[in-house]
Amino acid sequence: MDSNTQASKLVLYSFWQSSCSWRVRFALNLKGLPYEYRAVNLVKGEQFSPEFEKLNPLRCVPVLVDGDFVLSDSSAILLYLEEKYLQNALLPVDPKLRAVNLQAASIISSSTQPLHMLSVLKYIEEKVGPGEKLSWAQHNIEKGFHALEKLLKGCHGKYATGEKVYMADVFLAPQIALTTLRFNIDMSKFPTLSMIYESCKALPEFQASIPERQPDAVQLSCLYPRLNN
Amino acid sequence: MASGGGVEESKKPKLYSYWRSSCSCRVRIALNLKGLDYEYKAVNLVKGEQFSPEYLKLNPIGYVPALVDGDIVVADSFAILLYLEEKYPQHPLLPQDLQKRAINYQAANIVSSSIQPLQNLAVLKYIGEKVGPDERLPWVKCCIGNGFAALEKLLKGYAGKYATGDEVFLADLFLAPQIHAAIKRFKLDMTEFPLLSRLNEAYEELPAFQDAMPEKQPDTPVEERG
Repeated sequence: MDSNTQASKLVLYSFWQSSCSWRVRFALNLKGLPYEYRAVNLVKGEQFSPEFEKLNPLRCVPVLVDGDFVLSDSSAILLYLEEKYLQNALLPVDPKLRAVNLQAASIISSSTQPLHMLSVLKYIEEKVGPGEKLSWAQHNIEKGFHALEKLLKGCHGKYATGEKVYMADVFLAPQIALTTLRFNIDMSKFPTLSMIYESCKALPEFQASIPERQPDAVQLSCLYPRLNN
Repeated sequence: MASGGGVEESKKPKLYSYWRSSCSCRVRIALNLKGLDYEYKAVNLVKGEQFSPEYLKLNPIGYVPALVDGDIVVADSFAILLYLEEKYPQHPLLPQDLQKRAINYQAANIVSSSIQPLQNLAVLKYIGEKVGPDERLPWVKCCIGNGFAALEKLLKGYAGKYATGDEVFLADLFLAPQIHAAIKRFKLDMTEFPLLSRLNEAYEELPAFQDAMPEKQPDTPVEERG
């Protein structure tokens, strides 16, 4: 690939296991946008390297680079992609359904995910006790999932807000995938969300975005981590 | 401009709000900027009114704010703000430029995802009960401090008179209530945050912002009125 083509391609700084990175990978696939994957190993602290800090002083992933524009925060990236690349819209035209999508995204990105991120769980483990962090995480995830069940009850179809994949699904599917495993969530309590998740799982765009298929995925069955590209 | 009573009451948007909720404050600022008359419906979070069956029907997660506009109900401050922006285009809350819009979204999300949810009533109640009442303030100051440090870095290349230039946009609606709470309620030392301090002074000059602040709402307790 020559340098001109390279310069016009999107670049995504991502960590394979990050749910926020996963949302952006899913969205880029849905919009059919090719991108260059650059791994940032959060476990090794690569987000604190001088090079990465120069790119993104906020030292977090995901980060999208579009030409000379650098943007971080998955919600901001998704809205930017939606406004710049109009194919396969991630928000419906109907004002009520648009609002439901934005609210569902917020329930996950503001009311749920921040409460079970590593730094918060570490604080609870240290200050309250090791047994407490799981019940804290489960409580907050289930609270969010109960709210989403109610929110989507009247408007879901095959996906969260109808027969097409939209922003709500982009936030929901990675959240369900990661938290059910990590925090032992009983998804039988959430039949609507479970059905939506199964629909998303059937999409090739979703499958291509899963952590295990990313260049920096570690093969847990191996003794040594796979070499990065 | 919040009001109560009158023949046209049913046609005005209704905002379900709590005086001290910074999320509600964001929407109050937007309604003021756009010159929209609305009915203020108080939801007392301390008394648990957000868990009443009627309110949960409006907003299943039981947070404020929620907006009722005709037969449309929108909850979550970000969703409400984008709804208002699309329905009432006067005094736009977002710039035309796509990159500047994105920076506004990012700043808004730093507040709404990495600061506010970690210092809301439910979290502070949990920490107060499980760790100890004296732990709440250090926790809040740490969360706000980290978020404010990120905002200082993000906005460095973009700020003018306001967060992303010389006009008020979405980022300012998220910043103003959070900075106000940090200073007034949590007594945060703003020395490390010169840009945010300067922005706060600019917001104090704007009636649309000041009329939306916690001290001036219909449900503000008498002892908190400003």
